[in-house]
Amino acid sequence: MLLTLTVMHEPAADLGYLLGKNPARCQSFPLSFGQAHVFFPEVSPSRCTAALLLDIDPVGLVRNRRGPSGEGHSLQQYVNDRPYVASSFLSVAISQVFGSALGGRSRERPQLAETALPYEARLAVLPCRGGESFLRRLFEPLGYNVATQRHPLDEQFPEWGDSPYYTVTLSGRCRLHDLLSHLYVLMPVLDNDKHYWVGDAEVEKLLRHGEGWLNAHPERENITRRYLKHQGQLAKTALARIEQDEGESDNEESTQVEEVIEERVRLNDIRLDAVQTALLQSGAKRVLDLGCGEGKLLRALLRDAQFTEIVGVDVSPRALEIARLRLDRLPLDVQARCRLLHGSLMYRDGRLSGFDAAAVVEVIEHLDPPRLSAFERVLFEFARPRAVVLTTPNVEYNVRFETLPAGSFRHKDHRFEWSRSQFQAWTNGVAQRFGYAVRFAPVGPEDEVVGSPTQMAIFMRIEAIRTRK
Amino acid sequence: MNLILPELSLIALVGPSGCGKSTFARKHFKPTEILSSDYFRALVSDDENDQAASRDAFELLYAAAAKRLSRRLLTVIDATNVQRAARKQVLDLAKRYHYLSAAIVFNLPQEVCLEYDQRRPTRHVGPHVIRNHANLLKQSLRGLEKEGFRHLYVLSSPDEVESVTVERQRLWVDCRDERGPFDIIGDVHGCREELVTLLCQLGYRVGPDLQVEPPAGRKAIFVGDLVDRGPDVPGVLRLVMGMVAAGTALCVVGNHDDKLLRKLNGRDVKVNHGLAESLAQLEGENDDFRERVRIFLEKLLGHYVLDDGKLIVAHAGLKEHLQGRASRRVRDFALYGETTGEVDEAGLPVRLNWAADYRGEAMVVYGHTPVAEPEWLNHTMNVDTGCVFGGKLTALRYPENEWVSVPALRTYCDPGRPFLPTALELSAQQRADDMLDWSDVSGPRRIATRLMGEVTIRAENSTAALEVMSRFAADPRWLIYLPPTMSPCETSREPGLLEHPAEAFAYYRHQGVERVVCQEKHMGSRCVAIVCRDVDAARQTFGVEKETGILLTRTGRRFFDDVALEGELLARVRTALDAANAWERWQTNWVCLDCELMPWSAKAQELLRHQYAAVGAASRAALAEVESVLKRAAERTSEAALLYERHRRRAEASELFTAAYRRYCWSTSSIADFKLAPFHLLATEGVVHADKSHLWHMEELARVVGAGEGLLQQTSFKIVDVSEEAQLGDGVRWWRELTERGGEGMVVKPLDFAVRGKRGLVQPAVKCRGPEYLRIIYGPEYTEPVHLERLRSRGLGAKRALALREFALGIEALERFVRREPLRRVHECCFAVLALESEPVDPRL
Repeated sequence: MLLTLTVMHEPAADLGYLLGKNPARCQSFPLSFGQAHVFFPEVSPSRCTAALLLDIDPVGLVRNRRGPSGEGHSLQQYVNDRPYVASSFLSVAISQVFGSALGGRSRERPQLAETALPYEARLAVLPCRGGESFLRRLFEPLGYNVATQRHPLDEQFPEWGDSPYYTVTLSGRCRLHDLLSHLYVLMPVLDNDKHYWVGDAEVEKLLRHGEGWLNAHPERENITRRYLKHQGQLAKTALARIEQDEGESDNEESTQVEEVIEERVRLNDIRLDAVQTALLQSGAKRVLDLGCGEGKLLRALLRDAQFTEIVGVDVSPRALEIARLRLDRLPLDVQARCRLLHGSLMYRDGRLSGFDAAAVVEVIEHLDPPRLSAFERVLFEFARPRAVVLTTPNVEYNVRFETLPAGSFRHKDHRFEWSRSQFQAWTNGVAQRFGYAVRFAPVGPEDEVVGSPTQMAIFMRIEAIRTRK
Repeated sequence: MNLILPELSLIALVGPSGCGKSTFARKHFKPTEILSSDYFRALVSDDENDQAASRDAFELLYAAAAKRLSRRLLTVIDATNVQRAARKQVLDLAKRYHYLSAAIVFNLPQEVCLEYDQRRPTRHVGPHVIRNHANLLKQSLRGLEKEGFRHLYVLSSPDEVESVTVERQRLWVDCRDERGPFDIIGDVHGCREELVTLLCQLGYRVGPDLQVEPPAGRKAIFVGDLVDRGPDVPGVLRLVMGMVAAGTALCVVGNHDDKLLRKLNGRDVKVNHGLAESLAQLEGENDDFRERVRIFLEKLLGHYVLDDGKLIVAHAGLKEHLQGRASRRVRDFALYGETTGEVDEAGLPVRLNWAADYRGEAMVVYGHTPVAEPEWLNHTMNVDTGCVFGGKLTALRYPENEWVSVPALRTYCDPGRPFLPTALELSAQQRADDMLDWSDVSGPRRIATRLMGEVTIRAENSTAALEVMSRFAADPRWLIYLPPTMSPCETSREPGLLEHPAEAFAYYRHQGVERVVCQEKHMGSRCVAIVCRDVDAARQTFGVEKETGILLTRTGRRFFDDVALEGELLARVRTALDAANAWERWQTNWVCLDCELMPWSAKAQELLRHQYAAVGAASRAALAEVESVLKRAAERTSEAALLYERHRRRAEASELFTAAYRRYCWSTSSIADFKLAPFHLLATEGVVHADKSHLWHMEELARVVGAGEGLLQQTSFKIVDVSEEAQLGDGVRWWRELTERGGEGMVVKPLDFAVRGKRGLVQPAVKCRGPEYLRIIYGPEYTEPVHLERLRSRGLGAKRALALREFALGIEALERFVRREPLRRVHECCFAVLALESEPVDPRL
């Protein structure tokens, strides 16, 4: 909500010319979401400070909302940090109130605008998602000295820890429009949010305000992704254009990022591959994918003609919507082999009976342990497919994930993660109770000590006892 | 000619085009009962003569017919039906829906048809078509009788057609006018002595000649299997035949009765399973008696529909879609039930438990498979308690729904498989309830509630609830209640306030409520506490093993992931209940309490850190800087002085906001840091206390709280007569003191738990929150006049409608639970509350 700019230069009052604002006055500017005030708390011969104070209307944010909505988006709340922090609102205010300065233009002092001067910019409260190190990685390569003060969530409750808010002072010798451009782009990047829809126009803005510094910035990928609110397609377009400008320079770092991601993607692919192979070997034609999520396995199975009917089931209508959109891109006759059902593994469901096989990939760890018995009956007693291919994380392997803190699960929603012996004990019990035979297979690179990252069980139904006649 | 047609029949009109079928149909049937091929051709092609459209037209016609049949409506197919294939489709449809089929054939001279065709105002099919149809009909007539129509009428002249009268006949099984009261008696199997004893116990007088005189107005119903295995088959038959003849009893046929009949009819049947005893005993009777037995057995029906369709009696039970219908399959099911096709270790067929899946409205009483005790399961009851196997003979009294049993004098026959109790711990209903079915909760739903009639749930809300319920909710056996949402009072116009007690009092006064109770609103998290006396009580009542209670959040989640902590808290409540002698006082082994659990920070940790504390931290840090910068600027320009003043107020507001949420937070390192404040004693064994006043609830709970140590907290309250000016002032003062001490505010409720006003159900509670607390809801600076003015416009309509529906559903869930209804019936109410919670309403209300 508050940005102060200080210049150490004689005559310091020139800052008024550079910003196009009279240091003797306090001016107000109406904006769509509130008011901006510009005033000069300090004007001395060698030092001049201008303040941009953003007075956001907190009730208007909720009542006149036009921006993005969605689950619990912060703009729907009256209890909201937006009025108090530096965010995309402040970027908009800079472009509207200091538009000429941001563009490097000054009617009275054009040369001064192109001159690097010792500036200090102070943001009263800047949310830094990614922490102080990210903050430094953003500003230090641009030549700033960064001084920070982190605020605790509540000093009366030290156990709650620190807040994501910092008071930040940047100092360095630069041109005013560089400083403003850096702030314009990097404040929403640190906040990792935007108060308006992000579309194609946002790519142009990024390129315009990033001109001359973004292409050489070591964090350009992160900056681009976050600035474009993680919209993959937009980020790809923007990155392509940024890197084109850069010419032949090698981008070692971006390949590194990819590898980290690929590592993650690969395990998922290996897992789906293993499941698909097991399903194929079972001879199944009509298969269920229980907990199909966004439908990655469904689309893999559709590539195999052996599977004549594939039914994806998930409890999340949102996941099914995405799965539907992805299936809709396939040819009609391929789509015709696949159906999606909204359903739950906690309820017996007649629609699930009569299938040859069911895949239950990375699902059970999302169920509360006391509810597992319901799942067992729904699948093994009532749906009763001939084969069941089931995977779950092997908790023993977690020590091999460097980024995973010891003792924590791989996903926030995991209710448990089992060791190999725990999984096998449960699996053998299920097989015995419901008349299935079971075998186990590791999925992913197998470690001598801790086993494979994913464990898989393949159940086959032992045929019904003594059928009459 | 009088045509007799059963009420549930599918009627095919058969005859060439132009023979007058449609005219005939219009004369004798309702327009909606007639499905005409011409009409459907027009529907799909705009041309009733377009023969190319026939395929599509018939597809629709049969689809419409199927829907009518599944809804038990008489249906007439008005098409030529002169081809055998067409009639086969009609017959198949009738069979599929267990309908009786009828064909009315128009075998008129060709000239008549040609003449009718010419006289038609709009269209003529032409002589060649009629001639062709007539030929096909002629071919059909030869084999028509063997095609399988239950009723076949051939009309051979225009006069005969003209003379027809149609008489609709009820099915034999349809005795809906018989309304009881009844005594429904299980499988007798020749146990005459026990039968006589039972009848006497039921108040029937049995003479030495086995003549029976019932108590006034009552009637006996036998579920079949009178014969075989037992000591006096002729005696039992004599008694029952006499009662049926005298109109004092009804009897359905059992599989043993049916087999004896086939033997008496000279058919070759295997003499086993006790048939030998029947035959030997009947040897001792004369031919005349044996013939009367044969005729009696022959007339027995497979099942009866009684008391306006509310009661079904069948030997082996009957699924809903077969009830009140007639077909071989219906009769077979009534006689034998359903088997999986597999056999068990003893070589006996494995029976499918149709009752476990039964969802029908009608109560089904049946026998066939001996059970140790009669038990309710999904509104059905098996009354065969294996008398002949040494069990007992049981009668269910209807509509009292009580049962009376007399023990067998001895074991007459060895049961193939044991049926006497094998230390079963859970009831049949509890065992069946282990699994809920998707179809019992999915899609749009209408739930009948006592308080509000039918509550409708939209499909998209069910969809949302399925996800929440599946991913987060506790074991559904514990989910017997979810609390309703609560609306605030209307918005106050008092300066600086959004909510004030005056509006809450005015609401109830306007609704005709005289006295209200104001209760302190605790600021914690809503918690439904179910506490059982011990593990056995939990098993008996809730069907759960090794548990003694639960603490649930308002959305049905377990309050604590930490099982040990939950156990400790429950134990403390149990100790208080023990000390207050509550179990004896309320005649119960379990209680369901509506409570608030404090501190707020125990459950709202995430919310606090991400929203409340975060906003506090950001606003205080930012405004402190702003204040200091503006202070310096104000020394330079007077315009900045105004800004400075304004932002000084904002800084104060952010301090007040922080103070407001801090009041409800403290760290919880041990159980001693928790507080539980019960304010409703919702239900105990057999009773939902929605019929008591809140004063009663407060007083009863005060005993328990008083007897507890530490954990439990009183809820202070004040009763206000809303028509007394002075008392209103007292109420307002009480609220002001409460909120000034840092309280959240108060809840105002009519003194009675559930009140019906002039316009239906009255809000069960309305909250009135304090101005400082509302900073947590409307933001730190909401009290600025410019904000407050805009915040005053808020609509309560949607919130109040939801509050009422959720209240009605919650109470309904509890009432169904204490009546021991199947879990799915309780679950659907709780599920519906969750579904309604997915409706978008202003979360700040």
